[in-house]
Order: sequence, then C-alpha cells, then structure tokens
Amino acid sequence: MKTVFAIPLALALGALICVPAAMKAQANSDCLTCHSDASMQDAAGHSISVDGHKFGDSIHGVLQCTNCHGDIKGYPHPDKIAPVDCSKCHVDEEKGLRGSVHSDGADHPCTSCHGNAHEIYPKTDPKSAVYPLNVPKTCSQCHGDEGMAKKHGLASVYPMYIDSIHGFALSKEGLLVAANCQSCHGSHHILSKKDPASPTNKANVPATCGKCHAGIADDYSHGIHGKAVAAGKMDAPVCSDCHTAHAILQPTESEFRSQSTPICGSCHKEKFSTYRDTFHSQLGSLGGYVETARCWDCHGAHDVLPASDPRSPVNPANLVKTCGRCHTGANASFVKYQPHANARNRKLNPALYFIRLFMNLLLAGTLTFFVIHTVLWLIRARYDQIKRKAAEGGKNA
Amino acid sequence: MPDLEKHEVMPAVGGNPHAGERFIQRFTRSQRYMHAVLFSTFLGLAATGLPLRFSQSYWARKFASGVGGFGAILFFHKFCAIILTITFLIHVKDIVQRGIVHREKGIFWGSTSMVANWKDVKDLFGHLRWMIGLGPKPQFERYAYWEKFDYWAVFWGMIVIGFSGYAMWFAPFFAHFLPGWALNAVLVIHSEEGLLAILFIFSIHFVNTHLRPDSFPMDMVIFTGVESEEEFKHKRALEYERLVGAGKLETRLGEKPATWQVNFSKVIGFTAISIGLILLVLTLTAYFGE
Repeated sequence: MKTVFAIPLALALGALICVPAAMKAQANSDCLTCHSDASMQDAAGHSISVDGHKFGDSIHGVLQCTNCHGDIKGYPHPDKIAPVDCSKCHVDEEKGLRGSVHSDGADHPCTSCHGNAHEIYPKTDPKSAVYPLNVPKTCSQCHGDEGMAKKHGLASVYPMYIDSIHGFALSKEGLLVAANCQSCHGSHHILSKKDPASPTNKANVPATCGKCHAGIADDYSHGIHGKAVAAGKMDAPVCSDCHTAHAILQPTESEFRSQSTPICGSCHKEKFSTYRDTFHSQLGSLGGYVETARCWDCHGAHDVLPASDPRSPVNPANLVKTCGRCHTGANASFVKYQPHANARNRKLNPALYFIRLFMNLLLAGTLTFFVIHTVLWLIRARYDQIKRKAAEGGKNA
Repeated sequence: MPDLEKHEVMPAVGGNPHAGERFIQRFTRSQRYMHAVLFSTFLGLAATGLPLRFSQSYWARKFASGVGGFGAILFFHKFCAIILTITFLIHVKDIVQRGIVHREKGIFWGSTSMVANWKDVKDLFGHLRWMIGLGPKPQFERYAYWEKFDYWAVFWGMIVIGFSGYAMWFAPFFAHFLPGWALNAVLVIHSEEGLLAILFIFSIHFVNTHLRPDSFPMDMVIFTGVESEEEFKHKRALEYERLVGAGKLETRLGEKPATWQVNFSKVIGFTAISIGLILLVLTLTAYFGE
C-alpha cells in the first residue's frame, strides 16, 4: 500500500526538485554519454554503467540522475560520490525498515530486494523483483542459502516453501493470490516471530493465515484450540503447529496424513499411546493405506470440540454418523468400540486388561514350558545319538 | 482322508523289498496337501500379520512400503485367511464324516486318535524324566503327546485367531451380537494369539519335529508321506509293535519316494523353515525392541 502512495509522491517531489535544478545541472543524456558504456567501472571495480533504455522504462525513468545523485552539480564530478539515500522520497518504507529484522542498511540495502537501482519496476510489473511471483526467488537469495542461514541461526526456508502447497500454487500454477513470503511476513517492517507485533508471532498466526483462509479461521476460532489461544493459552496449537510454516503439505495427501498424528500426539501423549495400540494406527503407520482414521478424521480438524459438546463428531450422539463415514453399517453397538482403550489400565478397561493378561500368561506359560522341554530333549537326544554312533564305531555326528 | 490302516495302501511296488529297506505310510496324500496349504498360508499370514503387530518397527515399514503399502499386505492377509479357513472347514467336515457319520473307530479315542488320553500324560512325565536321566525312554503310538499338542494348538489357534480376525474384518456385522468392548478385545486376542502361534511354530514345532537330532535337518515324512521301517520302529515303537502283532504292517507299506520327490520336498521344506526362522528373528527383535 505504501508504495502506491509513494510513487505519485516521488513523482511530485521529483518534479518540484528537478524542474528548477535541470536548468543548472546535467540532463540524463549528458550522464549517459559516459555511463552508457557497459564496461564502465569505478576505482573499486564496481560497475557504474547504466542502461538508459531500461532506466527510462523503470519506475524512476521520469527522474533526473541528479535527483538521486544530488551531490553531482556539474561535470567533471568528483570520483567519490555520496551513496544514494532512497529514504529522501520513500519515507514510509524507511520508517518500516527501522526496527525490522532488515534494519541494518549496510547488510540490507534497498537494492538487495528491489534489484538494480536503475532498473526498478513497480511491484505489479512482472519484471519487478518484488512482483508476487518473484518474491520467493528474491528472498531466496539469502533465505535459501544454507551458509547464510547457518550464520544467522535461521532455517533455509526457501526449499521448504517452494515444495509446499503455497510454493506449488505460485511456481506451478502462477497464482497471484498464492501466499508468498511477504503475504505472511510483510515487506519492509518484517519482525521476528518472537516479537508480539509480528504477523508470524504465534498469537497472530491464526489472523495472518485467516487473511486468505477466512472460513477455516472462523472454524478455528470456535474450536477448543482457537478459544485457548484467544485466551492466551499458548500451549494450544495454531495453524503452523500442525501445518508447519513453510513446508505446508496438502492435508489429504498421504505424506501429511502419515506425519500428522505424532503432531497431535506431541501434546496428547496418553491418547497417542492408546491410539497406537489400535488397528487404526497399525494400518496407518505402514503407509500406503492412508484412509485409516487419524486424529482429526474423528475429532475434526480446525473446530475441535470436547466430546461433551453436542456439536462434536465424537459426542456419543454423533458417533454412529462419524464412524459410519468409513465403517458402512456402523450401529449403536459398533460405536461402543473404544478407539483409545488402554489394555494396560485395569481401572479404565477391566475386561480388556484381563483378556490381555490371560493372553500374555498363555503365551509366556506355553513358551516357557516348551522351551525348557525342547532344550532338555535336544541335549538328551544328542547325547544318546553320540553314544549310539560311538557304539557303532562311527564319528560323533 | 482315508484311514491308513483300513485303506488298501498301494503295495510296495517300487519299494524293492529285496533291498531290505521298506517304507511305511504315515500320512495320506490329502493330509500332506493339507499340511502344505496350512504352512503356506500360515507363512503368508505371519509375514503380513507381523508388520501390523509391530507397525512401529523399521523393518515393518520398509517391508510394507516394499510390497505396495498396507493395502497390499491387508489383501494378502485376508486372502490367506480365506484359504486357511476353507482348509480348516474341510478338515472338520472330514472328522465329522469319519467319526460321526461313518462311525469309524480310532478317530475320537484309542491309540490312533488325536484326542489326548491318560497315556499321553504319563508319556509327558516319563519323557521329561528320561530327558534328565531319571527313567527309561517312553515308547510312542502313532501320535506322541507333543504332536497332539501341536495339532490342538493349531486347532484352537485357528478358531480363536479366525474368529477374532473375522470379527475385525466384519466389525459392524459382528457388533450386532457382540458387546462394544469385545471389538477392542478381538485385536488383543488376535495379535497375542497370533504371536504365540508364530513363536511356537517357528521355534518349538520346528525343533521338535524337524531340527532335533532324530529328524535333523528335516522330517521328510510330512512331504513324502512315508518313512523308513527303521525310523518308524525307532520313533513309534508301540505303533510298530501293534501293527506287527496284528499282522497289519503289510497294509501300511508304501512306496520308496522318488529322488525328485525328496529333492522337491527339501526345497519346499527348507524354504518354509528359512522364512519361518527369519520371521522369528524379526519378531524377537521387534518384541524386545518395543
């Protein structure tokens, strides 16, 4: 938004400053007489060549060179000239950068994102480095680099993002509405997720994702997790806890289905452990057969409600319907099955506890007896065999 | 399944009685086929059931993804289960036909029956005493007590594992007459009983029947149907004496198995035992790694 106002502002400022200045100072064509030489370099070896056509085509094409390079008053000009200060015109952007993670201007000059200073295009132009479809690539110059990520203790997020559902939508489908880096992180005023004001701070994640996923954000706000987060209970999961931040997968695909239960299980440890004892989990753990019930197939995903809530799919009144989604013919007796029964807990599941105990005793008893029986038998039979063969004068085998 | 002693077993044409080595028929053709179907499906059920029982283990996941995920495993498990169920029902039909319809003797009691009797109890203790050097070796009839145990363990196992398996497969149907907690119980029963069957067959049965010194490395009788007169006499002295006493030994003479038959049996048998032993090792590592 800021840029939209900034452009006419810049043009107006430019017009005010340049028109009188042009009278005494150089015209662009004068500068280009020298600087159009593609091989032109300064003393330090940096290119100081300018492509006049591209500059003329760029958003700053209407400006005079001296609007930005204000310390050049005539020709010949000094070898050393002052660095260009974009904030002279782009006041809001500069204000945004201040306090952000990219505030250090030496490390993060405007050109690190916006590209060649003489070839800057509006962000609606596909040639722009900050055009929505180009943003991930631009950010990846730093955030896709293992070395740079390591140096700053950051994750190399670009590879994760580009393989995510958002990355696919952007790179494969070319959707302008697909979330790119700045959709979630903002542009100039990017803050660490630890900062409570950051859109990626845990408390703000539901609202940030909800900018696009409005329906799901609404569901989430009615669920037990959404209410907990709204009440400041930050143990409850937000979008990124289940879906991750960058590597977001399509939830209906086997990869997500397979990795999802341990995510719920990282908090719901007891439920996860009892789930693992069931056929649902045994089938599901082996992959390839992803239809088996995962946590949210029964409990709901975004609007998880306690079982006591009549709207919950695991409320006793709704079980026939919920189980029946997979188990055709499920009836009232069928849904008495306990998907989280604990055969190790005598108080909670006495029948199951004693059945398991009986089966284990049967297993241990039978095997113990027969292992002893067989070992003794082996020793004795071998002993007899050796004796017999020896008596026959043969070898001991 | 014709009874061995009543049925006219083919005379020892190729048996070459002049060579002095005679072969005694122990299992009929259909009994051998039944055992072959039983162990093939059992290996299939074990190989596809174990990855489920130990679904968190590394090899289970590798194996499952290697054969096409759980869809493939479950399909094969159910396929083997159906074949085994049919085999079991044919066997039960045979017993009923012979023992009840035809009132054949020796099916439910007597020296040739699979049903345990007082002698089996005495044999068990006598055998144990012999093992630790406290008594003479007991002599056995057609089926020794451990063979009867094997038989009934499988019989009981098939009922228990089969019933609990079908209860899971057709859970909504079984829920019409089973209480809700029973649906939880059937998985515990199925997996524990299955584990017992696997551990028992791949360790105890393998050693008792095939790997012990008297039979090492494999008792071929379940594949060829016959064993040499000397082996028969040594292993089943009472049956031998009874047959000789009644002058019936001639009716039990069988053909000396052809070389290809023995070799083929060895390939099949050793393959089965190898698969079983591999599964046993995987089971034990998963069980103790849990």
